Amino acid sequence: MNGAAATRMRPGERVKRVLGSRQAFVVLLGLVLVVLWLVAVYQGIPAQRLLSLMVRGVMLGGILALGAIGLSLIFGVLRIPNFAHGDMMTTGAYLALLVMALLPLGAPLGPFSFGYEFLIALVVAMPLVGLLGYGLDRLVFRRLRAKRSPPVIMAMAALGSAFLVRSLVYVFWGADFVFYYTGRPRPAFELFAGIRVRPDQLFILGLALVMIVLVYLLLERTKMGKAMRATADNPELARVTGIDTESVIRWTWLIGGALAGAGGVMYGLDAQLRPEMGWWLLLPLFAAVILGTIGNAYGALVGALLIGIVWQVSTAFLNPAYGPGVAFMVLILVLLFRPQGIFGKPGGG
Amino acid sequence: MSDVALIKSLLVTLPLAFLTWRALPAGWPVLARLAGGLVGGWLIAAAVTLLVPSGLMAYLVSFAIVGSIYAVIALGLNVQWGYTGLFNIGIAAFFSVGAFTTALVTTTLPTGVMAGFTQQAFGLGAPFLVGVLAAGVTAGLLALLVGGPTLRLREDYLAIATIGIAEVVRLIFQNERWLANGPQPLRGIPQPLNCLVRDAGCEWLPAPVMALFAPLAPRDYTFVYLVIAALFVILTFLVLERAIRSPWGRVLRAVREEEDAAAMSGKDVARIKLQAFTVGAVIMGIGGALYAHYMVSIDYSHFDPLYATFLIWVMLMLGGSGNNRGAILGAFVIWGVWTGTAFFVDMLRPALAAISPDLPARGPYLRLMFIAIVLLLILLFRPKGIIGEEKFVSHLSGGREQPQP
Repeated sequence: MNGAAATRMRPGERVKRVLGSRQAFVVLLGLVLVVLWLVAVYQGIPAQRLLSLMVRGVMLGGILALGAIGLSLIFGVLRIPNFAHGDMMTTGAYLALLVMALLPLGAPLGPFSFGYEFLIALVVAMPLVGLLGYGLDRLVFRRLRAKRSPPVIMAMAALGSAFLVRSLVYVFWGADFVFYYTGRPRPAFELFAGIRVRPDQLFILGLALVMIVLVYLLLERTKMGKAMRATADNPELARVTGIDTESVIRWTWLIGGALAGAGGVMYGLDAQLRPEMGWWLLLPLFAAVILGTIGNAYGALVGALLIGIVWQVSTAFLNPAYGPGVAFMVLILVLLFRPQGIFGKPGGG
Repeated sequence: MSDVALIKSLLVTLPLAFLTWRALPAGWPVLARLAGGLVGGWLIAAAVTLLVPSGLMAYLVSFAIVGSIYAVIALGLNVQWGYTGLFNIGIAAFFSVGAFTTALVTTTLPTGVMAGFTQQAFGLGAPFLVGVLAAGVTAGLLALLVGGPTLRLREDYLAIATIGIAEVVRLIFQNERWLANGPQPLRGIPQPLNCLVRDAGCEWLPAPVMALFAPLAPRDYTFVYLVIAALFVILTFLVLERAIRSPWGRVLRAVREEEDAAAMSGKDVARIKLQAFTVGAVIMGIGGALYAHYMVSIDYSHFDPLYATFLIWVMLMLGGSGNNRGAILGAFVIWGVWTGTAFFVDMLRPALAAISPDLPARGPYLRLMFIAIVLLLILLFRPKGIIGEEKFVSHLSGGREQPQP
């Protein structure tokens, strides 16, 4: 945009354009955190508790990132807002529970609350959820693609799939909430400077980091990963350059589903398992995806961490039930000022 | 014919007369068609009242009331999705805001012992129609609030934002005790014209008219409410049919089909979308009000995304989006399927128990699975629904456009 055009803009538009720049937007998001922090301090919340909440927020962000990366890739590659993603996470959590019931109960590993059977269950549940995603694609989305259904019909099919998947969870496991381990003590210990965390939470954070690194390697170093990123960026261009989009779509569902499964298992370990848990995570997940620009896996990670931290810090002075509502407020800010997200090109999104 | 049967048949006449009127050929003179509808409707009503046992009749009436409430909301969704292509999956937000608004406006603040059990922000004790009006206005304001920042953006952003507002509204009604009694139900929402079935009667009604209602017992109140609910469906339907054939209705469909072309013809697309979104939300809010006055006691769990959003989507998609008759038809068919499968799952109980002892209690979720599969099958095999959209240009042009291949 040249100077002459800029001077012809109305003052409101100019303010909006400045606020919509990447730098200003990052500053705005930083301000949100600062405001939350100041409100908490004003209400007499000790700094140690706030720091602990920040650490917990990073952990929650790690869990959200596992869901958000897959959601963002599916959104980018298939142009489907996958409303079933949260329920795929739920399925992962419950499948792990199923596997654990089949294995003998082991002693807790070190400081953690879980035994080896939990790790096996995690490893089994992940590909199963990937297959669930791929199955949904074969049964529903591929047929809709073949019929050239409009995108909004795909979105509705995703909503239908969400309720279908959740109904399966209800039928197999019932509506009550359950824990992976009931009655095991889960003491928190002091990390440093009075910051208290549970060992499980550190494990979740570590595992989330490992998986994110694996996703990074996959997207950057493998041919499939590069094809995936190219398709997410511009599906038409990718098809023209000879990328087999159906195969990309298959791997997107498998990988996105597996990550969602892992996210669900870890969320279940940190809190509890409920059939609605994934549906409630859907809003924070979408907030993270849009914040970090649709189709951008690294953006989804950044968005998820930010949403996780804002969510946790807000619990210092707000009913924790409102966490998804806080994520929604961040989403509204994004939609108002920079709908294309942090990493988006202007005019896109 | 006994007095009770007579008054009941008269009350059931309204919806049946409307259906008969619609079924008569449009070519008839207006008065003849109207008279034919009324007489035909009453004859059917009388036959039904005499032939159907009273227990089943009461069930049918309550079924028709809930079906009518869903029909109103499906009509609201039809304005948003069917005509304008706006993907709102937060129907529950407008539905519940409407219901709680009328509850707060029409109840009075609890006093004495009850004050310990019920907390509410205010209670105006206003009449039913004021409550309905307030419900529509509040839902419309909420729509302006959500639609403003999101309708300018791509269509899936609106969907995500509406999920968000529905979740936030649910969380507020679940957690804020001071507002509408938090997780506890808000009770004692007045039933309009309840005095008709009371022994004391309505003092504003002339005695001879009141005498007509005398045979009704308090448990027959649903017959009165059926008239109210049916009236709202009919009015909403007629107003929307009129609006959709007006220039405004044509602009909505222009925006849905070719947004860029509509913009190039000088239409303010964002503004038109916001209008359609708000009109739809007002209708949903009114539907919520009808629900609250029928249920008498409501709480946040009544507005679960399953009942208050998903089911309504399946109704509209099945009936035929872009068609007001389809919206009403779909509402009754899916509500029939939903309640019918309850009987079916009940019959399956022994078989389910044989598979697993936990399964019978989870029967309701088999119904959810069935409805979800129904939606996916509609999307895959018949996306236009049972009726499909009527193609027309204007009521002035007389004939209908040829359906497109």
